[in-house]
Amino acid sequence: MAQTKPDITGKRLSVADYATNFGDLHPPLDAHEALVESDRCYFCFDAPCMKACPTSIDIPLFIRQIQTGHPKSAARTIFDQNIFGGMCARVCPTETLCEEACVRETAEGKPVKIGLLQRFATDQLMADGVHPYERAAPTDKKVAVVGAGPAGLACAHRLAMHGHSVKVYEAREKSGGLNEYGIAAYKAPGNFAQREVDFILGIGGITVEHGRALGRTLSLAQLQADFDAVFLAVGLQGVNALGAANDDAEGVTDAVGYIADLRQAGDLSGLPVGRKVVVIGGGMTAIDVAVQSRLLGAEDVTILYRRGPGQMKASKYEQDLAQTKGVKIRHWTIPREVIASNGKAVGLRCEYTRETDGRLSGTGETFDLAADMIFRAIGQTHVDVAGGKLALDGGRIKTDDQKRTSLRGVWAGGDCIAGGQDLTVAAVDDGRRAADSINQFLKG
Amino acid sequence: MADLRSTFIGIKSPNPFWLASAPPTDKEYNVVRAFEAGWGGVVWKTLGEEGPPIVNVNGPRYGAIHGADRRLLGLNNIELITDRPLEVNLREIKKVKREWPDRAMIVSIMVPCQEESWKAILPRVEETDCDGIELNFGCPHGMSERGMGAAVGQVPDYIEMVTRWCKQYSRMPVIVKLTPNITDIRYPARAARKGGADAVSLINTISSIVSVNLDNFAPEPTIDGKGSHGGYCGPAVKPIALNMVAEIARDRETHGLPISAIGGVTTWRDAAEFISMSAGTVQVCTAAMTYGFRIVEEMKTGLSRWMDEKGYQTIEDFRGRAVPNVTDWQYLNLNYVTKAHIDQDLCIKCGRCYAACEDTSHQAIMKEKDGARHFEVIDAECVACNLCVEVCPVDNCITMVRQTEGVDPRTGRRIDPSYANWTTHPNNPMAMKAAE
Repeated sequence: MAQTKPDITGKRLSVADYATNFGDLHPPLDAHEALVESDRCYFCFDAPCMKACPTSIDIPLFIRQIQTGHPKSAARTIFDQNIFGGMCARVCPTETLCEEACVRETAEGKPVKIGLLQRFATDQLMADGVHPYERAAPTDKKVAVVGAGPAGLACAHRLAMHGHSVKVYEAREKSGGLNEYGIAAYKAPGNFAQREVDFILGIGGITVEHGRALGRTLSLAQLQADFDAVFLAVGLQGVNALGAANDDAEGVTDAVGYIADLRQAGDLSGLPVGRKVVVIGGGMTAIDVAVQSRLLGAEDVTILYRRGPGQMKASKYEQDLAQTKGVKIRHWTIPREVIASNGKAVGLRCEYTRETDGRLSGTGETFDLAADMIFRAIGQTHVDVAGGKLALDGGRIKTDDQKRTSLRGVWAGGDCIAGGQDLTVAAVDDGRRAADSINQFLKG
Repeated sequence: MADLRSTFIGIKSPNPFWLASAPPTDKEYNVVRAFEAGWGGVVWKTLGEEGPPIVNVNGPRYGAIHGADRRLLGLNNIELITDRPLEVNLREIKKVKREWPDRAMIVSIMVPCQEESWKAILPRVEETDCDGIELNFGCPHGMSERGMGAAVGQVPDYIEMVTRWCKQYSRMPVIVKLTPNITDIRYPARAARKGGADAVSLINTISSIVSVNLDNFAPEPTIDGKGSHGGYCGPAVKPIALNMVAEIARDRETHGLPISAIGGVTTWRDAAEFISMSAGTVQVCTAAMTYGFRIVEEMKTGLSRWMDEKGYQTIEDFRGRAVPNVTDWQYLNLNYVTKAHIDQDLCIKCGRCYAACEDTSHQAIMKEKDGARHFEVIDAECVACNLCVEVCPVDNCITMVRQTEGVDPRTGRRIDPSYANWTTHPNNPMAMKAAE
């Protein structure tokens, strides 16, 4: 089958190529571009973009504030609803949220560049290095937040604004969650995730303890005993299995872990990547790992997805981006067997699929792809770290509209809860809502 | 092909586009390049008296209002009349006119309001063989403080007097340039006609302060921390100019007085509008100062194409056609009923029409239908004010549809096809009764 030997190595590119490939995907607007772009906003009545934003940012208002020369007021409008406005400006799939709803998308297929305008505004304010909010008078209430990702820190920030003192427990070495470990490098270069964490913690009243994981060094019962309220934002720890024969061969890797390694790599040239890479999956993680493999110098990168383009969780925009970067997407196929030689992957046997009455099945026809690196990007799962005390729904924590769990005094948000959209912006909204609910609870 | 040639008070030019008296017509170099670019004529930048020339400030002379992407919408200046020696200007005018005999060469003049001053300069200008003179009674800044420019233009008696001197001491056609910085443009226009003016040109710039610097609280443009009002021009002033031209065109005493229109002419369309309001030529300045001389090409081809499409062979074929349609409010047909209509296929659902109507007008647009976002006019509330049309970002999405029969659902009155205006309206205490 394979004509080439397994070849997983770093240093495929020149130093300059790494810098170019992992620079800003969308360069920021300069001041004049921001003025021109902001003038395109129609200041719609009951604006559809605002409704499409999971955090309900007053988009027409912040764009008008940019237009009238006050980008920092614009940033304030954004942060009022979303303290992660800087990261969301970079990573939100705006093409399926605010910009899809923009009436200019309807009118001419060219929405106002809301994401880039949001970035322009938030960059201006964050560059000041001054935190824009003041805490309310300190209360004597203490809240534990588990997980320093977008949901956890958004919740912590809002609680701190209300005057409560917040202790954040984080399993990993750094705060930021998927902003730090998960999203594609070219979406937030320049160590933005950590700069944003520092910005958010600038409010005061929040302490973060790293290396503390629920279910290992923390127990929910102890947290309940030690704090007045608990917010769980633990994310997803499990990874779905490939379900193909021989999937323990060397070279078969989990995409989430690889992206985390990539994000933490000081020197990208030291990160080994295959010569022929196959990615299994159809979501953002699949796109991110495929594109970044190409940017690291992989020769052939193919995404395999079991259904058609319309069913991929990655937006059309992201699919196009991948293809622009030289990634090939093959639909209607599933992996059946990792072909290995001396325990190392050299290829993947795939079967064609078809859908009949909504059910997917193999057609029996197969083909082989050469592959020395195979990424699993087929979704993550919630691992119960609360000792079975919380009601679940579809395998994730069940919450109400205020993000309360089945346990009194315990809230949850972000990817770990049922109905989670696996979006930074949705996680932030969960955190803010939970914080306001916790505040009501503590005052009551 | 439409014939763009113009004959204005006997002055011929290959097209009606003249450059107004301003920096673009300051000297031979500019004017020759303008003629090379195709301008039909120029009004040479205003000449002053013999003697030490005028001085200008050495700081900024212009301020502006910008639209999106820094599109220049309004320009303000504090520049004065020519700061070059009189004899240099006269020599250059004579030379350029000799070399460009087919182009209109008008010389703008501003000297003190004394008979001997005018008597002195007129023969010297006439000696250049220029086609005519334009009396600058318009500049609102600097010169007006010295009793010239707008200071003359604001006193009809002075206009008449100086115009008469010019007709008396020269054989040149006289165009009187009017200032808009007055209450009623008809008075200075009537005075010009009484004084024997061959034509008027208008508008000169409007007294203005375009902006205040919010750091040092100085008007802009700022000279060493201070600012002075300037003259405003550019696209922003066109509606004001158009109205003033119309006022003169339809005034019983000035009707038929030739007009060279000035004020925000930026495209062929602006020119066509002024000509339809009776202007014989248009004068352009800000557009040239913004885009350069080359824009005249668009103006000429645009006007020509439009005339071809409409079947007009010469400027005279449509000149003044809009004048009879300008009337006083009291003669507007009160039986004319229209309703706004939103084309649902074109509507992009921005809701600007709703916000405008609901917050500031007549609550005549609904925002929802069957639970969905939907904007539709409520005929029973619509007074047809047109605000929704003006705020809608989509061309032709909202239109005014005339109601010719049935009942107006707002008033409950049957549509009356006959014409009726305020002068006979029952609510008018001054109504003229037909029988009386």
